[in-house]
Amino acid sequence: MHIEVRGLNKTFGDFHAVRDVSFDIAKGHLIGLLGPSGGGKTSILRMLAGLESPTSGDIIFHGKRVNDLPPQERGIGFVFQNYALFKHMTVYDNVAFGLKVKKTPKDQIRERVMSLVELTGLKGFEHRYPHQLSGGQRQRVAFARALAPEPQLLLLDEPFAAIDAKIRGELRTWLKELIERVGITSIFVTHDQDEAIEVADEIMIINKGQLEQKGSPWDIYKSPQTQFVASFIGESTMVEQVERLRGFEEAANWPGTQALIRPEYIEIGKRSEFRIPSATVQGKVKHLHFRGSEWMVEVEVGDIKLITYRSLEKDVLQPGEDVHVLIHRAYLFNDNDTWIMENKLKEDPMPIHI
Amino acid sequence: MKKVWVSLTYLVFLILLIIPIIKIFTGAWAEGWDGFIEALSRPQALHALMMTGIIVVVVTALNTIFGVMLALYLVRANWIGGKLKQLLNSLVDLPYAVSPVIGGLMIVLILGPSTAIGALFEDIGFKIVYALPGMILATLFVTFPLMVREVMPVLQEIGAQQEEAASTLGAYSWYTFWHVTWPSIRWGVIYGVVLTVARSLGEFGAVLVVSGNIMNKTQTATTLVYQDVENFNVLAANSVALVLAAFSVGLLLLMEWAKKRKEVH
Repeated sequence: MHIEVRGLNKTFGDFHAVRDVSFDIAKGHLIGLLGPSGGGKTSILRMLAGLESPTSGDIIFHGKRVNDLPPQERGIGFVFQNYALFKHMTVYDNVAFGLKVKKTPKDQIRERVMSLVELTGLKGFEHRYPHQLSGGQRQRVAFARALAPEPQLLLLDEPFAAIDAKIRGELRTWLKELIERVGITSIFVTHDQDEAIEVADEIMIINKGQLEQKGSPWDIYKSPQTQFVASFIGESTMVEQVERLRGFEEAANWPGTQALIRPEYIEIGKRSEFRIPSATVQGKVKHLHFRGSEWMVEVEVGDIKLITYRSLEKDVLQPGEDVHVLIHRAYLFNDNDTWIMENKLKEDPMPIHI
Repeated sequence: MKKVWVSLTYLVFLILLIIPIIKIFTGAWAEGWDGFIEALSRPQALHALMMTGIIVVVVTALNTIFGVMLALYLVRANWIGGKLKQLLNSLVDLPYAVSPVIGGLMIVLILGPSTAIGALFEDIGFKIVYALPGMILATLFVTFPLMVREVMPVLQEIGAQQEEAASTLGAYSWYTFWHVTWPSIRWGVIYGVVLTVARSLGEFGAVLVVSGNIMNKTQTATTLVYQDVENFNVLAANSVALVLAAFSVGLLLLMEWAKKRKEVH
């Protein structure tokens, strides 16, 4: 289903939960609504479902305005954060609910439910009650139940929030594969950037009720359009006086400009480890933290503190050691603009100093 | 010291509960089985028990329907403003705070034959006060909070999500109520029904004021007991009281059972 949202607003009393949000979603796409808690993601999802009515703006499914349609007639499936399974019904009855409402013939219900039960790996659990299932199984039941009436749009509100970290990873992959197989347009809400990046075809970053940026995970990572997006996606260190870093002196041309530098933009090591040593600056290792698969290094360049990672395969650094630091690029922003600046020294390996 | 308190507690329990019940029993059987039957088969006794029966059935039915509905609105309806909801919520408790006698008096003052509304109804041949409708109204007033207060916390606890899930699956409110909400509140409602029956069975003050206590017309079992006592007909009073007591004990057992079921689900 093609989805269009135009100028969507929602207020709860004085609280402006969703501000002028507009977007388009192509048929068959899997979209992640990502943002900090309380940012209005769930409100957008509930308005799409018809569980909440917009204060203003239009929601258009398939070219038809659905603002005034109740949830019953929107052809959507909704997976709630806590699954909201019917606790007095068995797995079978939960999944069959949407079909029974439609008065589907019994044998068809049976066929559809059993195929969904199989698809979601719940075979043998049809006669269990929700309280007899594990968190991951409940999630699957909620998913099968939402899919049973063959909705055209699947909405998932923090679908993995209530599941422990280890199973969450498996479920993510499982869900992504399943949605691809069913081919249904889906939108899920999450506050976990890893989850959004891993699962979604496209991410919409929502902050304070506003849509900050929409794009593929790679686009958003590579070229964030707002400061919020840059700081929210990935890790970064904020540098207030970036013009004091060698190679970024030009930043002084824009007074009041600050920079975000991601750990992966920075390389550190001995002089011999660099192809163009002249592009590096001198730094001092301040702290070392072991992060399981690599070292997180805090390094000081002048009085600017930067964070980066270093492979375990390379020589182990010591706190207090002098190192060379190469900063590939920085993400610059001021009040009216944002852009990425490459290290000028890297571009010109033999700078002429007069 | 502890022993003294324990025995004192038993003593209070004995004096307040056990002795009266034994007394009612022995009182009712003072002239054996025949006396008991005779007291109950008096026309006014049969009529009073019938009146009580009608009131219990009608009040319980009305209170169940409207109590559950009001509980649903107070918990779920978004179209009722927060302030109004609070006001309604506190109004529900009014019958707890007001003495039943005063509740009955209010009905007489509003709907009595000398008032505009009462006269209007009387003109079209519908007597409210000093007749069955007024008695039902009075009992309804007294029992109203019971159902609402039983069902509201259950509704709050289960939350609206299961109902919302049902609506996204295509179910409208009636279907959702019977297939999703009802199974969850069922035992709360049954508990509320038991309380309502018990309360309307034993209601005295409000009914006395509204009914005028006219023998064979507007007399209920409780007001008959009162009149029998006034007339020093202790045997008859004990017999009717015993019937009421027997019902109450039965209800109490039912209540215990309902409570257990409620906790399970």
